[in-house]
Amino acid sequence: MSVRPQWLTFGGVMLLVLVLLNLPQAASSRLRLVLGTVYLPLFGATRVAGTVVARAEDALTPRGLLLRRNQELEDENRGLHARLLQAEEALEENARLRSLLGWREVSPWRLQAARVIARDTASWWRTVYIDAGTRDGLKPDLPVLAAEGLVGRLGAVGPVSSEVILIGDPKCRVAVVVREVGENGVLTTLSPGVLDHRLVDLTHLARNTALQPGQTVFTSGLGGVFPAGLPVGTVVDWRSVGYGLYTEARVKLHADTSRLREVMVVLP
Amino acid sequence: MSAATRHVLFVLLALLAVFVTAAWNLPRAWLGSPLSLLPPVLVCAALQEQGSAWQWVAVVGGLARDSLSLDPLGVSILPLYLTGWFLSSHRELLLSELAFAQAILGLAVGAAVPLLTLGLVVASGDVPAMGGRLFWQWLVLTVSGGLITPAMFRIWRRVEAWFAHPMIPSTSFREDREILRGKY
Repeated sequence: MSVRPQWLTFGGVMLLVLVLLNLPQAASSRLRLVLGTVYLPLFGATRVAGTVVARAEDALTPRGLLLRRNQELEDENRGLHARLLQAEEALEENARLRSLLGWREVSPWRLQAARVIARDTASWWRTVYIDAGTRDGLKPDLPVLAAEGLVGRLGAVGPVSSEVILIGDPKCRVAVVVREVGENGVLTTLSPGVLDHRLVDLTHLARNTALQPGQTVFTSGLGGVFPAGLPVGTVVDWRSVGYGLYTEARVKLHADTSRLREVMVVLP
Repeated sequence: MSAATRHVLFVLLALLAVFVTAAWNLPRAWLGSPLSLLPPVLVCAALQEQGSAWQWVAVVGGLARDSLSLDPLGVSILPLYLTGWFLSSHRELLLSELAFAQAILGLAVGAAVPLLTLGLVVASGDVPAMGGRLFWQWLVLTVSGGLITPAMFRIWRRVEAWFAHPMIPSTSFREDREILRGKY
């Protein structure tokens, strides 16, 4: 190709990039979701292939192992059933006391299960994509859980897929409370300088907070995005920062966000 | 193979590279970073193809990559385009047939594209978490770019062979030199 057409093409590409970068946020999100739908058939095919492989593995698993696993699950189920009965009792008592005090009733969470279909192609963001969207009742900013605890919140939501911004990403800050000491703080980004992707910085703690390793961290409900009481992680260590003005801690997340396969979205 | 077919194949390869980057979690779980797959496709397109395939790889691959990322849409087009342009305009000087040279080019492009993209992301106002982890991820992207590029050239040759007419093997047989035996 001669030099002049190359510069013309470059001009065209520059114009395209400038237009795309200056699109309004809503239009950019919509265009991104539309472009992402190109991959939906491939993600579907991957899921089918995964199911086929899982079935093949199931067929090859020895019967003795399956029976033993079944027995273990039945035992666990019995224990969980007993705990559920206790929890239901406590829930009823809680509702009774709330009505006596005249407090507003808290509606139980409704959960929408979804599978993780993709991860952010850029290594510097912590985002995953799930196979549920507006047709499943999802909206931006809804909290997302794994079985172990909170993992993040919804970003852009499309008709059949959505973006989940994980804890540790600068765009997902979580208001939390250290349950044992009742101290409020904010979970910000992943702790720098370490390769453990489960360690997140907890900032804005008061300077004389009596922190101990192993103390549990839950969402505080402040900020309005995450409901109170979602388990997040445990305190690992802490240090005094800002010339002793406040304390910063490192929190190990309960959920391993790098190996997420299924998540649950808390519906309003 | 026609130029249009080559363009389409390169674009499909770029889309597939983005899909594998997003869907294949094993490298991310083990190394803490995805592998660099799109830059090797760009290197291959810029050095193998006389026409504008690398431009299509940069634009379509960049858009596809950004559609599965929190990066601003369109931000990775320019880094891919500029590196592709550099390689394409120096095609005659680069020893693109040698695996070692391919690996070095893959290393360079694997290092340059994430750096340029990150620079544009920061310039556009989005600030991701910086630190030692980011440096490690950049190292993984660079090294994987260097390792995957020679493999990408092999894959492209294989793909080309599927779409091209089979080569007729040259033979030493010549009719005028045939020694005829027996009764005639």
